[in-house]
Amino acid sequence: MAAQELTGAEIVIKALVDQGVDTIFGYPGGAVLPIYDALFQQNKIRHVLVRHEQGAVHAAEGYARSTGKPGVVLVTSGPGATNAVTGLTDALMDSIPLVCLTGQVATHLIGNDAFQECDTVGITRPCTKHNWLVNSAKELTRVMHEAFYVATNGRPGPVVIDIPKNVQFEKAEYVGPQNVVHKTYRPKVKGDVEAIKAAVDLIATAKKPIFYTGGGIINSGPFASQLLREFVKLTGFPITSTLMGLGAFPASDKQWLGMLGMHGTYEANNAMHDCDVMINIGARFDDRVTGRIDAFAPNSKKIHIDIDASSINKIIHADIGIVGDAGHVLEDMIRIWKSKAVKIDKSALADWWKQIDHWRDRRSLDYKKSDEIIKPQYAIERLYQLTKDRETYITTEVGQHQMWAAQHYHFEKPNRWLTSGGLGTMGYGLPAAIGVQIAHPDALVIDIAGEASIQMCIQEISTAMQFMAPVKIFILNNEYMGMVRQWQELLHGGRYSHSYSESLPDFVKLAEAFGAVGIRAKTPGELDDKIKQMIDTPGPVVFDCVVDKFENCYPMIPSGAAHNEMILGDDPEAAMVTEEGKMLV
Amino acid sequence: MSNESNIERHTIAVLVDNEAGVLARVIGLFSGRGYNIESLTVAEVDQAEHTSRITVVTVGTPMVIEQIKAQLARLVPVHKVVDLTVDTKAVEREMALIKVSGSGDKRVEALRLSDAFRARVIDTTHNSFVFEVTGAPDKIDAFIGLMRPLGLVDVSRTGVVAIARGPEAM
Ligand SMILES: Cc1cc2nc3c(=O)[nH]c(=O)nc-3n(C[C@H](O)[C@H](O)[C@H](O)COP(=O)(O)OP(=O)(O)OC[C@H]3O[C@@H](n4cnc5c(N)ncnc54)[C@H](O)[C@@H]3O)c2cc1C
Ligand SMILES: Cc1ncc(C[n+]2csc(CCOP(=O)(O)OP(=O)(O)O)c2C)c(N)n1
Ligand SMILES: [Mg+2]
Repeated sequence: MAAQELTGAEIVIKALVDQGVDTIFGYPGGAVLPIYDALFQQNKIRHVLVRHEQGAVHAAEGYARSTGKPGVVLVTSGPGATNAVTGLTDALMDSIPLVCLTGQVATHLIGNDAFQECDTVGITRPCTKHNWLVNSAKELTRVMHEAFYVATNGRPGPVVIDIPKNVQFEKAEYVGPQNVVHKTYRPKVKGDVEAIKAAVDLIATAKKPIFYTGGGIINSGPFASQLLREFVKLTGFPITSTLMGLGAFPASDKQWLGMLGMHGTYEANNAMHDCDVMINIGARFDDRVTGRIDAFAPNSKKIHIDIDASSINKIIHADIGIVGDAGHVLEDMIRIWKSKAVKIDKSALADWWKQIDHWRDRRSLDYKKSDEIIKPQYAIERLYQLTKDRETYITTEVGQHQMWAAQHYHFEKPNRWLTSGGLGTMGYGLPAAIGVQIAHPDALVIDIAGEASIQMCIQEISTAMQFMAPVKIFILNNEYMGMVRQWQELLHGGRYSHSYSESLPDFVKLAEAFGAVGIRAKTPGELDDKIKQMIDTPGPVVFDCVVDKFENCYPMIPSGAAHNEMILGDDPEAAMVTEEGKMLV
Repeated sequence: MSNESNIERHTIAVLVDNEAGVLARVIGLFSGRGYNIESLTVAEVDQAEHTSRITVVTVGTPMVIEQIKAQLARLVPVHKVVDLTVDTKAVEREMALIKVSGSGDKRVEALRLSDAFRARVIDTTHNSFVFEVTGAPDKIDAFIGLMRPLGLVDVSRTGVVAIARGPEAM
C-alpha cells in the first residue's frame, strides 16, 4: 500500500511534531501562508507571534538555552528572512541550536527578482551552521529531519531551511525521523583515551592549576555540569568560567573564583596568568578572555577539551587537545583519575590557594556605596538577594548592565543565565526572556537591561502581553550607552560622541501603553520594596531603575593588555591603553 | 601568533557531497576567514555517490593551515579532508591552454620550445598557436615565461589537481 501523501506544508508540521517540537516563534507573510494554514488546522504546536523577526530568533534562542532543546523559527521570504539574520548570527556565535524555516518565492520565480525574493541561502550561509534550499516536496522530509540532527549534534548552531511556496503545496510521501541518516555529518563525541590519560598525568603534576570552563559545558547538558562539579571536587583546584559558562559550577562554592576576562575578577585573571596547568573545558579562548595573546598564561601547559576541532589551536596553542563532548570526556577523565589513584601535590596546592586568597582580598568587585543614588551594582545585588531563592532565569541586553549582572548576580545551576556573548547583540534580552518564559511558565524571568538596548526590541512587550509571558524588564537606566561612554572615557579623551541616551521615553508610561505595569525606583531606600512589587506583579513589568549615570564597570583589562594588567575600580587612573590596544575592539 | 617567515604552501584535497552550494561554502570559508586560495579546482568524481573532489592550494603558517583543514572538515557536506603536502607524497598536475600569436622567427622559436616542454599544438592559424601543456605548476609558469616575449596573448589554466602516490584511496 502506498504511503499517504502530504502537502509540503503538512510535512513541515508533521516533521516538527515528530522532532518533539511544541512551540515555534514566527511571523507570517505571503511565502509561508500554506505553512500558516497547516498550523491553523492542528493543535500540537503552539505558535508564538512576535512583533519583529529578530525577536522570533532571540526568543527561540531563549527557549533553546533554557531547555536544552532546539528552538524553532518560522518567517516569510525577503524581509522576514533578512530580519532574522542578526538572530541567526547571534546563535551561531553562541552555539545555540535553532531550526529556522523561511518561505521562498516559487521555484520557477527564483532568480527573477520576484516580489519579496532574496537569496536567503546565500545571505545566511555564513551565519548558519548549515542551510538548505528545498527544491521539491520529495526532499522536504529528509531535509527537515537532517536539519534537527545538524542543529543539535556536535557543536550546536542555527540552521535555515528555505522552502519555496510551490513546494509547500506540492504533495509527497512523509518519512519518520528514524528513517533519515545524514550522509556525511558524524561529529566526534568520545575523546581519545590516550590523550585523556596524558591530560590526567599532566594535571597530576600541577602546582598552580586552574579550570577554565565555558559555554561548551552548558551545551553538553546538565550532566556535564554535574561531572564538572565532581571532578573539581576531586582535584580541589580553583575554577573560573567565561561569561557563557556561568552556572555550570555553583558560584557559592569555595573553589569558585568568579568570571574571568575583560571584566572578570582580579583573582580569576591573576590565577589564569600565573597558572602552570590550565584545563580548558568547552571555552574558545575568546579575545575578551585572553587579552594580549603573547602574555596569556605564559608559563602554563594547556589542556583543551572541545567538541569542535577547529576551536583547538585556533588562537592559543594547546599542549594536549582533546576533541570530544565535555560530558563524555569528563566521564572518562574522572574514571581514569580514580583508577590511577592520582596523588596531587597538596602542599603546592595549599600555597597556590594562599596566593589566590591574597588576590581575593583585593575585593575587585567592590564599589563605592551611596545612600542617595542607586549604584547599578547595588541594584543587581538587591535583585539577586530578593530573587535567588526562586526559580529565576536571567537574560540580559548588552553593555555595562550585562557585565554588572555577570559579576553581581550569582548562578548555582546551568541554563539559568542567558546573554549574548559572542555577537553582543543589543535587543537580545527581552525576546530571549519571552522565549524562556514560554518554556517555563511558572518561573521568574528577568531581563536585566540598559535603557538604550531595551529600545532595540521593545516592541516585544506586546508579544509578552499577548501570550501572558510575565517577564520582568529590569532597566539599569543610566541615560548613557554606558559601555560606549566608558570606552570613550578610556580611549577617546572623554569625548562622548553620540553616547548620551537623548529623548528617552518615559518607561513607566511606555509600559502602561502596552498594558503592562511600569515601576520606577530612584533611591536606594525604596529599591527593595519596588523590586518586591515587581516580583509580586502577575504580568509583564517594566522596571525603570534610575542609577548613577557615571559609574564605570570594573575591574577591566583594557584591550591589548595582559591578565595581570587590570584596572581596578578604586584605581582607575592606572588605565593605560597602548596605541595597538586602541586598534582593538 | 602568526610568524610571517614560516609561510608554507599546501595542497589540500576535499571530498564533498555534491549538493547545491557546496562550492560556495568552501570559497566563502576562505574569503570569510581571510585565508588564501592560490588555486582551486572542482569536479564530480563519483556520479553514483554524488561526490565531488575539490583540490585547493593555499598558503599560510602551520597554525593557519591546521585551522583551514579543521574549518573545512567541520562543513556539514564534507566527507573527508586530506593534506596532500603533509600526509603523503602526492603528484600534482595542472593543464594550461596557451595562445601565442606572431610570425617569423618568434613563431618558429615558440614551436621549438613547445616541443621541449612536450606541449601539444591543438589549434593553428597562419599567425597563431594554441598549446596544451601539462605538468607541475612551476613547469607551466616556466613555459608561460618563455612564451611571453614570443607573442603570448592568452592563458587559461585549470589549477592544480593532485593525488597521493601508492595504492590507497584518499
Ligand atoms: C560587552 C561584552 C563584554 C564581555 N566580556 C567578557 C568577559 O569579561 N569575560 C568573558 O568570559 N566573556 C566576555 N564576553 C563574552 C565573550 O565575547 C565570549 O562570548 C565568551 O567569552 C565566549 O565564551 P566561551 O569561551 O565559553 O565560548 P562559547 O561561545 O560558549 O563557545 C563554546 C565552546 O565550547 C565548544 N562546545 C560546544 N559544545 C560542546 C560540547 N558538548 N562539549 C565540549 N565543547 C563544546 C564549542 O565548540 C566552543 O568552542 C563579553 C561579551 C560582551 C558582549
Ligand atoms: C546592535 C548593537 N549595536 C551597537 C552595539 C554597541 N554597543 C555595545 S554596548 C552599547 C551601549 C548599551 O547601552 P545600554 O543598553 O544603555 O547599556 P549600558 O552600557 O548603559 O548599561 C552599544 C551601543 C551593540 N552591542 N549592539
Ligand atoms: Mg545605559
